[in-house]
Amino acid sequence: MSEETDTLQDLADQKYKYGFVSEIESDFAPKGLNEDVIRFISAKKDEPDWLLQYRLDAYRRWLTLEEPTWAKLDYPRIDFQDAYYYAAPKSDSDKPKSIDEVDPELLRVYEKLGIPLHEQEVLAGVEQRKVAVDAVFDSVSVVTTFKEELSKVGVIFCPISEALKTHPELVKQYLGTVVPASDNFYATLNAAVFSEGSFVYIPPGVRCPMELSTYFRINAAKSGQFERTLIIADKGSYVSYLEGCTAPQRDENQLHAAVVELIAMEDAEIKYSTVQNWYPGDENGKGGIYNFVTKRGDCRGDRSKISWTQVETGSAITWKYPSCVLRGDNSVGEFYSIAIANNFQQADTGTKMLHLGKNTSSRIISKGISAGKAQNTYRGLVSIHAKADGARNFTQCDSLLLGDQCGAHTVPYIQSRNPKAILEHEATTSKISDDQLFYCLSRGIPTEEAVALIVNGFCREVLQQLPMEFAVEAQKLVGISLEGSVG
Amino acid sequence: MLEIKDLHVNVFGKEILKGLSLTVPPGEVHAIMGPNGAGKSTTSYTLAGRAGYEVTGGEIDFYGEDVTALSPEERAAKGIFLAFQYPMEIPGVSTMNFLKTAMNAQAKLRNEPELDAAQFLRTVRAAAKELNISEDMLKRPLNVGFSGGEKKRNETLQMALLKPRLAILDEMDSGLDIDALKLVAEGVNKLRAPDRSFLVITHYQRLLDYIVPDVIHILSGGKIVMSGDKSLALQLEENGYDAVINKAA
Ligand SMILES: Nc1ncnc2c1ncn2[C@@H]1O[C@H](COP(=O)(O)OP(=O)(O)OP(=O)(O)O)[C@@H](O)[C@H]1O
Ligand SMILES: [Mg+2]
Repeated sequence: MSEETDTLQDLADQKYKYGFVSEIESDFAPKGLNEDVIRFISAKKDEPDWLLQYRLDAYRRWLTLEEPTWAKLDYPRIDFQDAYYYAAPKSDSDKPKSIDEVDPELLRVYEKLGIPLHEQEVLAGVEQRKVAVDAVFDSVSVVTTFKEELSKVGVIFCPISEALKTHPELVKQYLGTVVPASDNFYATLNAAVFSEGSFVYIPPGVRCPMELSTYFRINAAKSGQFERTLIIADKGSYVSYLEGCTAPQRDENQLHAAVVELIAMEDAEIKYSTVQNWYPGDENGKGGIYNFVTKRGDCRGDRSKISWTQVETGSAITWKYPSCVLRGDNSVGEFYSIAIANNFQQADTGTKMLHLGKNTSSRIISKGISAGKAQNTYRGLVSIHAKADGARNFTQCDSLLLGDQCGAHTVPYIQSRNPKAILEHEATTSKISDDQLFYCLSRGIPTEEAVALIVNGFCREVLQQLPMEFAVEAQKLVGISLEGSVG
Repeated sequence: MLEIKDLHVNVFGKEILKGLSLTVPPGEVHAIMGPNGAGKSTTSYTLAGRAGYEVTGGEIDFYGEDVTALSPEERAAKGIFLAFQYPMEIPGVSTMNFLKTAMNAQAKLRNEPELDAAQFLRTVRAAAKELNISEDMLKRPLNVGFSGGEKKRNETLQMALLKPRLAILDEMDSGLDIDALKLVAEGVNKLRAPDRSFLVITHYQRLLDYIVPDVIHILSGGKIVMSGDKSLALQLEENGYDAVINKAA
């Protein structure tokens, strides 16, 4: 083994610049989980009775479920009673309507995170294109920008708790129709305790005039975040949505169990991008977010399209399989993923493409990068049903290893009940070679920059899928997440 | 001015360079010839500072400064450039992006301002044109799927843009057709300047017809065994290494 490979193993501090804790006084639900806590959450949100019943049913079912253990993840049993299921800034008790009424302390948090909450601000370094933001802090939404401008074209973009009041019929009609409360252990838990998330409705024929985004911030100690996002793109509409997530640096693990449901009607398209940068834990594997997420999109209408793009760099544990149910004929599902695991991070992520309709097609591009002592698994299912004539899938899974103490694993499942389906699968595993690295160094590019350059090159096909506003940020993040993975 | 003094280098525990001494004054072109396995690429990697090439004795002075302990990127910033015998492929990174990253990295190391984007584009396009490198090639991932000759032209382009004070060309002529050889040699000749020196490693007299060296050295068994003017290359071509070296001994 050469010296360059040695330095690749040299683990140093990973710098996480969002690890600050904000001193914000919070209201908590009593610690632990029971029916009273669920009633507490529901009452806090002033919810209709049907939703409380939905939560309680989910909770009672959850009690009968076992935590799944099939993923290639190794962590101690989670004590679900040792966490707060609701935490909200005290100042929020009387929910502010405009940015001027938001606690300045909270505004400072977002300023520090570089997230624009004033409508006249735009993302730094980007030309004047508007991005609407919903800012979710622990269990509540702090503010949502551009709501009025969006409502002029009929687009609804607001916290889901607000949608329950202003558009209860829409929420009731769609909630849980893609990810039912009975879906899996974490989705069922989420159905019982979810507190905030975004709601989006795009009316027929409308192309959403700006990027929509939600920034999730976990702040309170010992609290979990259980957001619920619901996006409906009605016939012939289009929306591009992005979520970002950060959390303070803490020694204990915190739980994040979200559910995201997407519904695309006839000829509609949803592009959903994630830049997941939860606190990954320190270089010894202490702390970090446990990220157990269920994301699923339903291509309900003919010729609809749902495209998932994810850049997963954070979390101690990632358990996440954004999926597409290709129900409509000629519908299209896409999954573009970059998963980076450094130090002691563990990622088990991938997708499910369920081909039900005729001539449905799906495309999976997964780029896994492992460094330090991390384990990174791609797990994906492509399922072709008997009636899905003309179905096609293309899957490409590439793994890149930095150093030789980390692991990359590819677990593709293929179920085809239609003999005419066309399925292609390609997989590669590679390392950054000493030759490549030296080539860059000899041109004056320092090691960390060289690694970032090579890794960004490796991820290019996926980075290209991100909305331009976020692509540059994501590229930098790729570099930062690998800091310390080389000497 | 490059001064290599009694250089001993181990590669993975084995001594490859065994007391190599060589001086290249500013503005001069020196050629190194020598049999396969003599230590020519080892010399070029050692000059560029590659990890694993352990200097066990002697030193490398560059314009009066001992650079033996410097990292490869620091040496690059000081103006040492190596055109590789086998240039590396970097998938997903466009040639353009690589050039920009390298130029800006060197500027940063020298505390100079980064290049302005428009100026950068103009400079690259002009340099590329001279080497017959198309816009399309600049957009393609670095060296990926490039032919042997295209890779060598790309090395020449990098040299032209990075403007080193010492360019080490390790078998720049291997894999080049006649036209490409002329193109690359012209590129090198254009860069010849009073404050820039070249170390040209080659097996063939042919390259030296185009890039005329001031001095030719013969490297054998890890040291310079003979130096002379360009007629030495002709002697080698005619009689082979053994005869020429033995005659001198
Ligand atoms: N990584 C390595 N491990 C062991 N031996 C090596 C290594 N690299 C080079 N060598 C040895 O060092 C010696 C010099 O090699 P070098 O590449 O410098 O020769 P060269 O003069 O450039 O030859 P050529 O004309 O074939 O390019 C050779 O005997 C080679 O086998
Ligand atoms: Mg050689």
